[in-house]
Amino acid sequence: MLIVLLILVPFLAGLAAMAMPSSKVHIHAIGASVLTLVLGSVCYYYFTHPGMGETTFSYPWIEKLGASFSVAMDDGLTVLMVMLTALAFPLIFISLLNKIPDRPSTFFGLMLMAQAGLMGVFLAKDALLFYLFWEVALIPVYFLSSMYGGPRRIPVTFKFFVYTFVGSLIMLVSMIYIYQQTPIHSFSWSSFVSVGQSLPSNQQNWLFWMMFVAFAIKMPVFPFHTWQPDAYEQSATPVTIVLSALMVKMGLFAVVRWLLPVIPLGSMHWMNIVMLLSIIGVVYASFMALVQTNIKRLIAYSSIAHIGLMCAAIFSHQIIGMQGVAIQMFNHGINILGLWILVSIIEHRLNTQDMREMGGVAKIAPAFTIALVLISLANIALPLTNGFIGEFMMFNGLFNSVSPYRTVFTVVAGLGIILAAVYTLGMIQKVAYGELKTSTSSFKDLSKNEWVVLIIVMFIILWLGFYPSVLMKLVDVNL
Amino acid sequence: MSAIVISALLGVVMMLSGLILKKSTQVQWIAVLGAVLLLAASIFDHQLVVSKGTQSYYGMLELNSYTAWFNVLISFCVMMYILIFRKSIATVGRSDAEYFALIFFVMCGVYLLSTYSNLLILFIGIEVLSIPQYIMAGSDKESLKSNEASLKYFLLGSFSTGILLMGITLLYGATGSFDILSSKFADQFVQVSSLSSLSFIGIILLIVSFGFKASSAPFHLWTPDVYDGTPTAFTPFMATIAKVSIFLAFIRLFHFSFGNVSEAWQFTIAIMIILTLLLGNVTAVYQQSVKRMMAYSSIAQAGFMLFAIFSFNATSWQGIMLYSVTYTLASIGVFAVIIKMKDYTYEGFNGLAKKEPVLALTATICLLSLAGIPLTGGFFAKYFVLSATVEQGKMIWLVVFAVLMAAISAYYYFRVIMSMYFKQGDAEVSIETTSLEKALLIINAAIIILLGILPGLIIL
Repeated sequence: MLIVLLILVPFLAGLAAMAMPSSKVHIHAIGASVLTLVLGSVCYYYFTHPGMGETTFSYPWIEKLGASFSVAMDDGLTVLMVMLTALAFPLIFISLLNKIPDRPSTFFGLMLMAQAGLMGVFLAKDALLFYLFWEVALIPVYFLSSMYGGPRRIPVTFKFFVYTFVGSLIMLVSMIYIYQQTPIHSFSWSSFVSVGQSLPSNQQNWLFWMMFVAFAIKMPVFPFHTWQPDAYEQSATPVTIVLSALMVKMGLFAVVRWLLPVIPLGSMHWMNIVMLLSIIGVVYASFMALVQTNIKRLIAYSSIAHIGLMCAAIFSHQIIGMQGVAIQMFNHGINILGLWILVSIIEHRLNTQDMREMGGVAKIAPAFTIALVLISLANIALPLTNGFIGEFMMFNGLFNSVSPYRTVFTVVAGLGIILAAVYTLGMIQKVAYGELKTSTSSFKDLSKNEWVVLIIVMFIILWLGFYPSVLMKLVDVNL
Repeated sequence: MSAIVISALLGVVMMLSGLILKKSTQVQWIAVLGAVLLLAASIFDHQLVVSKGTQSYYGMLELNSYTAWFNVLISFCVMMYILIFRKSIATVGRSDAEYFALIFFVMCGVYLLSTYSNLLILFIGIEVLSIPQYIMAGSDKESLKSNEASLKYFLLGSFSTGILLMGITLLYGATGSFDILSSKFADQFVQVSSLSSLSFIGIILLIVSFGFKASSAPFHLWTPDVYDGTPTAFTPFMATIAKVSIFLAFIRLFHFSFGNVSEAWQFTIAIMIILTLLLGNVTAVYQQSVKRMMAYSSIAQAGFMLFAIFSFNATSWQGIMLYSVTYTLASIGVFAVIIKMKDYTYEGFNGLAKKEPVLALTATICLLSLAGIPLTGGFFAKYFVLSATVEQGKMIWLVVFAVLMAAISAYYYFRVIMSMYFKQGDAEVSIETTSLEKALLIINAAIIILLGILPGLIIL
């Protein structure tokens, strides 16, 4: 029963926030998100200590269809994603304490609802419920991105919405198709998996693309990525965090949870194509990141490159690669969250996203610079930061895959790491070092609330970098 | 049966009430009372079917569990419609009571269409349904557009009634019976190979005339002009309640009587689906007026309802029930906002969310439902009709085509939402919204969301 609260608490808190006066809503949002984090931690404790409490819940929902409200936190990947979602929102809300958005009731209400939707996606064990949350998570984010952000936000967000909506509708058709093949007409994950094993391979081959397109758009994988740099750039940075730290993980998560087990033959059959697209994405996005002058676009492209590598590693069909992906999904979420918070600080202080107008802040804002350097290094997977272990395992999986082109893929993907170092270090240089300019001379160092958030992020980065076995244990037993 | 009698009587009562009652509000509340009475009568009929099984009346009408339940649902929708629009209906022209009388006469046609078991009753039902609608379309006598709508609708409508009559005649010629439940009738439609050319042409003619009444392409050309010209108070009624009852008549005849010879007509329906979805959605994108966009959207929605005809199984019946209710309620919710606006174009809606947050929110929920977004009833409506086709196993690519069209529909529905919420502007409202109306619109939106969470409430 506790697990349902992970969805219900943010949802109800979001509804309540919309009706609240602006002055109190911020504290309310922080309180609700911290409560969700506590609930998530309890569920995490239950998961790691079997027998302490229930982490599954199931209740018949639409009995005529065989759909049930069935949620469970029964594997490492789900735990990681739920914890990431539970952790990200309080951090975002605390970092906003000195940058309160307009119309805060609407803003925090929609943010909390987005959290509820994301939780639902990660927890759902029923295909129809999964689809429902998949769409429901999108609606608040659509409104948030359209209401807060840059001047081109409305058309850009709409493009994002249409892309994902088309993808998910096609996924729905394939889910209905699989559902019709289940012997007792059930939407449960287990019945989908057992049907998936028995579907003939020619059907799996087209079903694969109907589902994969939806997930590929969300991740996004080349060539479905065109919505992403624009959307990241134009959305207000707190919303960008939700998009890039959490929503894109929905795509990866769905591939691991709903695509590989349900369409196993199809996934094997198209393995090379998907890996090829992912690797092209890694290289392409890395080169694009090199030439960006807008810091938000740079991070957006770096995100495409990272996600591309994760997608390729999933399709290596190797256990170690998958475990690496699960670990990296969590760590990438933490790192990119930290980066975006730093970006929001820059935006707030300097009122620009253009890196040519930045520089020299290392002299006057040492704390900010330390955080920037550390989080950036984690983003390029330096050893002893959290990014390293996952990336190492993913490359290991990629290199051991059954694909005949595995060597080429691994080598070319390795190029992505080098390029990542180039553009990330370049970014640090442009933002923090060089001569102090007139525009940056009054740059204030971190405020208290920003300190708290970044200390937590940096602590996680170093802790998991030194001692990754916390994560390893989670994904080791069962993915 | 009692609903049919009471609806006809109510029509007469309403006409007389205009003579006796002096105040328009009294007439309006009599109409609301009438709608409640109609709902009660439908529930009574439904209870009769539940307790005693399928009811048959003189070989002309047959009330089974599906149709009785449909009558209850549609009566509820009419009650919501009259409650929300009663003031606007009364102020369309000078004769307030007559407008309500027309609505009740149409309802009589609706009940005839949902319960007929004889082709003669089908014909009478369609006429009873259509003739008051011709008058409704022209009820704003001083408006040229309204007159044009009425004349267009009447000319084309009577033409399609002629085709219907022709089809019925041919079927009678082939079978020697009007009674669709009789063995004489059923024997003609056992398998495709033994289908006579007479009955084949009869079936095609019926499809044409049903397609016309249900505004399916290529017989949809009257729809935008008529829905646009008709006074806004009547458009939601004509586009929803009157139209979905046509679909029930359609599905009833084609599933029960022509189900075994589906190969003869299914392909025609598939072509109609493609054309309807394509023309309805693509043309709606280019509209500048929200009212006209809703007219094209009603064509597009008809394309989805045609899926229920195309695939005949229990799921498609559930789909048509759910679709009828959610589509009707959502359209009522959107039109309730359109009627308040001074300017029907998208620009006219700019900034409505700041001025009228309740109207904007309820309209948004209704638009999301029309677009088929989960957690609204519209999602499950689309889910059921499309799922019925996948279940049947034929032409699954048609379903993929339909969901792509649904994505296009999101474009024009979201344009209204964007205007209301994200664009700066000064939306002008011509009629003040009373708190009772606001409450009704919130109830309406709440029902849509409730059906989006628990569709099991109304599917059988």
